[in-house]
Amino acid sequence: MKSLSEIETTVKRASKAAGYSWGVSEETGKSIRLLELFSLPGIKHLNEYFNQKNKSKFENLNLISKNNSSSNNSYCPITLGVSFLDQINVLENSKKIEFKNVAYPIIFISFISRSSEIIGKKIYVEMDEKKILLNLNVNISSNFINQDFPKLANTIEVNLLENEDNFTDDEWNNLYKLSEETFVEESDSLKEGAAGAGLTDND
Amino acid sequence: MKVELRDPNKIMKLSRLGSFHQSKLSFLRSFLNEFKEWEYKRDLFNLNENGFGEAVYSFKKNKRVYSLVCFANEIKDEERSDRVIATKWDAAFTLHDGVPAKKDIERLKNEVPKQEVGRLSYKELTLSRANKSVRIYNHVVESLSNGQQPDLNLLSKVGYLYRTTAVYGSGKFGLADRFRIKNREEINGPFRLEMMLVYLVRQFTFDQVNHVAYHKNPKTAVKLDDNICKNLGIGNSTGLGMAPFIVNHPTLLNNWILSREKALKKIREIKKAKSQDSDLFIDCVKKSLRNITSWNTDSEYQQKKISSLLKDVEKFLNFINKDFNFDIEYPFNKIYQWLEENTCEECIEYIVSIMMEPYDNIVNPLVKEMSSDEEKYFNIPTHRKVEELCNIIEAKYPNILDINFEEKENNKNFWFISKNKEEPRLADRFEEHGSEFEQPLAIARDIKKLYDKLLVSKNSLTIAEFLTLNSDLRHVVRRAFIVEKFPYSEIQDNTIGKDLMPIDMLRLKLSFFGALKFDPRSDKWLRICMFQGAPLPNELKSYDEQWVYKTNI
Repeated sequence: MKSLSEIETTVKRASKAAGYSWGVSEETGKSIRLLELFSLPGIKHLNEYFNQKNKSKFENLNLISKNNSSSNNSYCPITLGVSFLDQINVLENSKKIEFKNVAYPIIFISFISRSSEIIGKKIYVEMDEKKILLNLNVNISSNFINQDFPKLANTIEVNLLENEDNFTDDEWNNLYKLSEETFVEESDSLKEGAAGAGLTDND
Repeated sequence: MKVELRDPNKIMKLSRLGSFHQSKLSFLRSFLNEFKEWEYKRDLFNLNENGFGEAVYSFKKNKRVYSLVCFANEIKDEERSDRVIATKWDAAFTLHDGVPAKKDIERLKNEVPKQEVGRLSYKELTLSRANKSVRIYNHVVESLSNGQQPDLNLLSKVGYLYRTTAVYGSGKFGLADRFRIKNREEINGPFRLEMMLVYLVRQFTFDQVNHVAYHKNPKTAVKLDDNICKNLGIGNSTGLGMAPFIVNHPTLLNNWILSREKALKKIREIKKAKSQDSDLFIDCVKKSLRNITSWNTDSEYQQKKISSLLKDVEKFLNFINKDFNFDIEYPFNKIYQWLEENTCEECIEYIVSIMMEPYDNIVNPLVKEMSSDEEKYFNIPTHRKVEELCNIIEAKYPNILDINFEEKENNKNFWFISKNKEEPRLADRFEEHGSEFEQPLAIARDIKKLYDKLLVSKNSLTIAEFLTLNSDLRHVVRRAFIVEKFPYSEIQDNTIGKDLMPIDMLRLKLSFFGALKFDPRSDKWLRICMFQGAPLPNELKSYDEQWVYKTNI
């Protein structure tokens, strides 16, 4: 088994050899390491992408807007990913960002996952019919974990989620009420002595 | 009185970093301190009469066990080489996490002797190999088998029976990634498992030499005297592999140097030194003279450094004896100021190291600050502005900005990775091919390039916008934001210039390891000795903390 350290170093060097700058290669190393840590096919797709890169043209998207469409060649997932990572603080203001025609989207997903950690928000991605939730770079969950990842995404819709509860107020209140059963009702003497400050905490 | 931390622009120059010496902060000393309460055991010793076979040594505490698995092999004299291009070694080692099962030992037997071309698993933590100092080893076997202890004069010229030629960790060749074990308290210090490996290897060398001597002549053989063992260490041959490490791990480098600087600052701020503390300090300086006078090297460069070090340490002792009184306020601050005015860099850093000896209360908490969670500082704050980055560079790299990289001599070398051995190398870019594959280690040149680009960019641009047009500078943009928070994270010197002495970079790292007696064999590799004078495993529970200054062969 390859260690994550070996994966990161080799990806960094391979990315440099594939024509990216050292700084971008460092980012790619981190991103592919992340995919492999989550048991996602980072090495496999990067390998295929670099092979394709020798034969076909890919488009570099440096400045991301709300709707991004590449009509001729599909987007390079590395340049797209680095741009997304760099611009996430601005993109945060848009709730939804759309990309059309992205090559090897799993590579792009790894950069979105890292962006989720930077802004401290979960990011929900719909990639054609597939759904992926990126949880602050702590994990990646999806509804197609055992299927092959596509080599091309026609449409990727990136939704930046607000930090909201996953449950209803009722659900919370019920649970909170139950937790209260571990509390002790304070008698007068407990009120006076148990906190150490007496009946007043004014200075 | 408040003493300022020393200026990174002075301390992070290569000539200063290359003058660093071991101290109480050094990893091999903090390793011994951490593991002194652990139970040491030799679990397996299955060598034939010539000393070839397997052995296992372990450290155990509660349910945690670390086991060194050793494989001693027969090799021909002509196959023995310290260079990284070697493919066979006298012995190969791995530190296994837990107790190795028979199946593990069989697996490791196939892989560990192959070193870089073998495959380890997540159950292994470090990997190493070592060669005998044949001259010394044979002499010791011969002497012991004849019932005599070896010639101490001969031993003192080398200081070890074996020298390692590489020690690998952190995920190399399939070894466990650091993240798998990073929450273990006992290894919360850099290179602790590498230190454990080397320390246990040292014991293996004594056991092996006794074993071979005994089998050579069971009737007359004696064991190597414990006191002699204690005064032998483990050698190490080290080349350029270490140099990129300190460039590639900026926050870790910062934490090593910052700990040292904080220790010095706090010691200089001591208003009144207790007499037992000043006595201990002076005693260590005096005893350490033996380390300087027994420091053998053929390197003219190092001989000059040793000679000026010896001269200045003697001058310092003379000053202490005749002109100094420890009863004054802030005595160590006075000493430091005197050193800066009157001695060479090598001597300043030598005495700074020894100043730490009496002050466990200052040093021990700092040992815990010497690791780094590097991932936390990897992302570039792209929302910040060009103007801010410009200001950071001007404040943090003032001397670097003065270097003219248009001049050939400032741009002479390039770092590359050798295809043959996947190891870092340095070459003349105007004489050799391959500079198109230059590694990103010319930080000074690239910072200057970045600065020039920033000067012609709009101040109000965000870094994200700047990077869309300047992807080639991304690696140094990241570093500049790191140095903003970590002042000692960057070497403030040119790492590709004509006058570069790569061994300065190696010495910096080796001093933090705790190495003694640097012996440069060229400007690109050197030999050192580790654990010379250190307590033996069975003495760990109670040992003299200042053992470093008390070697006596």
